[in-house]
This record gives sequence, C-alpha cells and structure tokens, in this order.
Amino acid sequence: MIKDQLFGKDLNELQEVCLSIGLPKYAGRQLAEWLYKKEINAIDEMSNLSKKARELLNEKFDLGLSAPSKVQISIDGTKKYLFPTLHNRFIETAMIPEEERKTVCVSTQVGCKMGCLFCMTGKQGFQGQLTAGEIVNQIRSISEFRNISNIVYMGMGEPFDNLEAVLKSLDILTSEWGYAMSPRRITVSSIGIIPAMIRFLNESEAHLAISLHTPFDSERQKLMPVQIAYPIAEVVREIKSWDFGRQRRVSFEYILFKGLNDTPLHVRELSRLLSGIRCRINLIRFHAVPGTPLESPDEETVNNFREQLNAKDITTTVRASRGQDIYAACGLLSTKELISAKL
Amino acid sequence: MAKPEEYSRKEQNLQSVKVVSNLEISPGVFLISWKRSVVFIPGQVVKLAVDQLQPPRIYSICSGNNSDLTGVLFNIKEDGYLTPRLATAIEGDELLVSNPYGSFHFEDGPEYWIATGTGIAPFYSKLKSGFSGNKIVIHGARHFNQFYFKDEFERTLGANYIRCCSGGPSAGIYQGHVTQYLLEQNKFPKDYKYYLCGKSMMVVDVRDLLISKGISYNNIFSEIYF
Repeated sequence: MIKDQLFGKDLNELQEVCLSIGLPKYAGRQLAEWLYKKEINAIDEMSNLSKKARELLNEKFDLGLSAPSKVQISIDGTKKYLFPTLHNRFIETAMIPEEERKTVCVSTQVGCKMGCLFCMTGKQGFQGQLTAGEIVNQIRSISEFRNISNIVYMGMGEPFDNLEAVLKSLDILTSEWGYAMSPRRITVSSIGIIPAMIRFLNESEAHLAISLHTPFDSERQKLMPVQIAYPIAEVVREIKSWDFGRQRRVSFEYILFKGLNDTPLHVRELSRLLSGIRCRINLIRFHAVPGTPLESPDEETVNNFREQLNAKDITTTVRASRGQDIYAACGLLSTKELISAKL
Repeated sequence: MAKPEEYSRKEQNLQSVKVVSNLEISPGVFLISWKRSVVFIPGQVVKLAVDQLQPPRIYSICSGNNSDLTGVLFNIKEDGYLTPRLATAIEGDELLVSNPYGSFHFEDGPEYWIATGTGIAPFYSKLKSGFSGNKIVIHGARHFNQFYFKDEFERTLGANYIRCCSGGPSAGIYQGHVTQYLLEQNKFPKDYKYYLCGKSMMVVDVRDLLISKGISYNNIFSEIYF
C-alpha cells in the first residue's frame, strides 16, 4: 500500500496531519519548515519533534521526495531528468542553464490528453495526473535546486488540465511557509482551457503563457484539437478582459512550421488578434517529431518573421533551442518507450 | 480563494433550458435533451452546467439540426461533479446551456467518420441532419452494447457502417480496436476527409496511422474528449 506523502501538502493539510497524530495545530508550521525550508531527506531528521511524533509520522506517511532515476546531459549543458511517479510511471524534467539563470521546466501530467500534432508528449496519450508534491519534487530533487532562478510549467502535460495540483504546487513554491519564491519567476503555459485559466488568473500571480501557434481557426484546429472547444479568439478575448498590472506578464508561444504559419498573412492576423494586449511572442523553431508531417523553417524565415512582428510593435523574441540532442527541447519530452517497456 | 460564482462570471451567456427527456441508452450512458431554440451546425458543441457552482463542461450536440430537441450524449464519471447530477435529471429540471459553437464541421463530400465510445455523437448529429451519402462510419467500443444508435447507422449506411469491438467476438462485428482495423486496410482514398472523435489516444493513433498511409493532415479533423 502506498503511504500518504508529506511533501506536497500545504499548510492547512500539514496542520491537519499534526492534529491527526496528537500534535498541536501550530506544529504544522514546523513541518512546513522541515519540508520546504530545510533540506531533510527523512522524517527522522525533524529534530524538534518528539521521537513519538516522528514514529507516528513514519507510521502513516512517507516524506514524499523522489530522486531522479536518470540524468542526460546535452552538449549545450541542458539536463533532462527522469523521475518515477507514485504509480510506477515516469516523467521528464528539463533544466536549462544560461549565463545568468537556471530554468527548470516541470511536467504536470504523465503524458497529455490534448493531442497536438507537433508534440511528442501528445503521442504517448495520457497516463495520469501528477500530485502537487510530484510537481514540486522535480525542482527540489535536482542537484541545481539551490540555484534555480526560474520555473516554467512547460514540460509534459497540460497544466490547466491538472489545475488543483498546479495551483497547490504554486502555493507551496510562493508562500512564506513554503519556498517563498517570487511568482514573477514562475510561468505557467497552457493551450488555453478557459475556465481553468480564469481560476489560475484569480488564484495565482504567476505569469501566463499561451500556446498560440497560428491565429487562424482552421489551421489551429488541425494542429491543436483543443481549438474546437476553446477557440484562440475566445482565449484572447478573455485575456483582454484581465488587468495584468505592471508586474504580471502574458506571453504567447508560437512554434514556427515551415510554409505553414510563417507568412506575412500570419503576421497581420497576429497583430490584429493581439491588439490591445501588452504581451510578447516567443518564437520557437519546430523540433522535428518522428511521424509528423511538419518541418522546421530556416534561420532566415525565423528572423524575418520576428522582424515583421517587431515592426507591428509586438515584442518578439526567438527562443534558443536547448537540449535537442537529448530530446529535452520544446515538444520533445516523452516517456512513451517506458510505458511500452512496462506493458 | 475566489468564490465559486467568480469562476462562472464569464459564463453569463448560459441560457436556462428545461430537460425534456433523459434516456439511459446503455448502462451509464445517457442522452439528455431539451427543446431546441437555436440553429446549429452538426458537429458543433455546447457548454453545459447544472448550476453556477462549477464551470460548464463541453459536449458535442447529438441530435439532428431539424429536430425539435437538442441533446447531448454523456457517460457518468463517478467522481465528477456534473455527470452524476445530469444522470438524475428528470423532465422539467433546469440546465444551463450555451449557444452552439465550434468548427468541427463536415462537408458534403466523401468522408470517413471515425469514433470511439460517445465520440459518435457529432456523427449521429450529422446523420440525423440528413447527411449520409459518401460517408463511412467506423465506430469502436469495448462492449457490444456500446454501439450507440447502431440501428439507425446500420439502416442508413449499410455496409459503410463498421463496428470494431475490442471486448470480445460478436457476429458481423470486427473484433479488435479501431486502430487495428485501420491498420489492416490497404488503401485509404486521398480525396476523402477524415473526421476523428473520441479520447486522445485513439485520435492521436488514428491520425498518425492515416498520415503514415499517405493521408494529408490537412484532410484530418480531430475532436478530442478530455
């Protein structure tokens, strides 16, 4: 039987844990301190709890930390970590080092239900939701943990399809009783599930990134089936109705596919669609996925597209492709082979 | 924490309708209907809720666009909020429904309609709206009693209605998954459109399979239930 996990519980839950084993409610803060401020690896290390309390905790709970079972290192320094999950499945996490920062790209689901044509994760289908603990563990249990500057929820899975766990993980990362990180260092990326996006905007202060990829309905529908349920025009309309203030950022991810979404017509329509939003576009070169009839554009096309958007007053950057040689780059994370191996 | 009503503040466009019928057409699968008041295109979806406490969920319309009633097909998710409540709805109960929307539209030309489970809904809507010429329907299900509306599909499409049952052998039905059936087919016409509807794994697998057999992704249209 799998024991309940302490890591990944919020302050209220930790206070309930304390009450359940006869400790006073305020001891919940002590637990949070041990879990999220000090880097313990066992319940027995919670030295300001009585031996009896630690025994009771050990009886009912696991600490809930899980070390990566494999690490791959790219020639550009990007690392890809493989983590086992609670139900004997696997997820991948990327750590992207840059000159002045280290960004961790976390997964939120085992696989994904969204079925985007260009994504490796989508090709493995959906095998399960991650808990908040499993999401935060991807940050806590890597060797760069102390030097992480930014977190992006852009790994395997659709974060807004696992909203409760995602919100709870954000709470742990940003609360004073948790890791006390600034929400401005965290970006959650979604394909735009509107009801979940509204809740996220209400309940979190982290940045929002939306996977756009084409402004045209019929094109987006072929690339991203979610377009039928949540058309990008509606997603953008919703975003326009929110005040993001000066600190919070909304950005749009735009994977460039050769000859498909890289024309002047796309620039014009993007400009029209995003008019009135203070945002930026991140251009991403498509990373070829086996069996997908899409191709990556050349460097000149990417730069031209960026310049055309900048000329329309849309701040546009080209995201460097990192970790492509170890399949850690955008859209390439997948543990499909491990599912097949298990079956 | 935001209050529940804040979550649904953006769903002000939901209209109140009254349930006219709620039929359990197969164990755990219901066709719930209300009086049709707006025009829709077969393949479109509606947002559906029973109250303002939770955001609505999206369902494909599962009725003809000339019918008096508009309906959707759903199966009960035991741990869900909406479907257990929908399953107990009776005539006269209130539902909150959006206007139809979405672009999973069909054309008049030759088409494959490929579905699993309740993914048959948009294709049934099309069939009931009078479109059946040059259509080939492939429906996959685990059990024999999950081929919803089989009599109507069979009567209208004859040999162009193909059932794939993964749960066990039945006379006149292909035994195996939809993907297995498709894999065994040698030729897919390139001038057909391919419409896929169902859970993501089936849609992704079928889409990849069709592409590997030379069908342009421009001719493949997918709707995923998530």
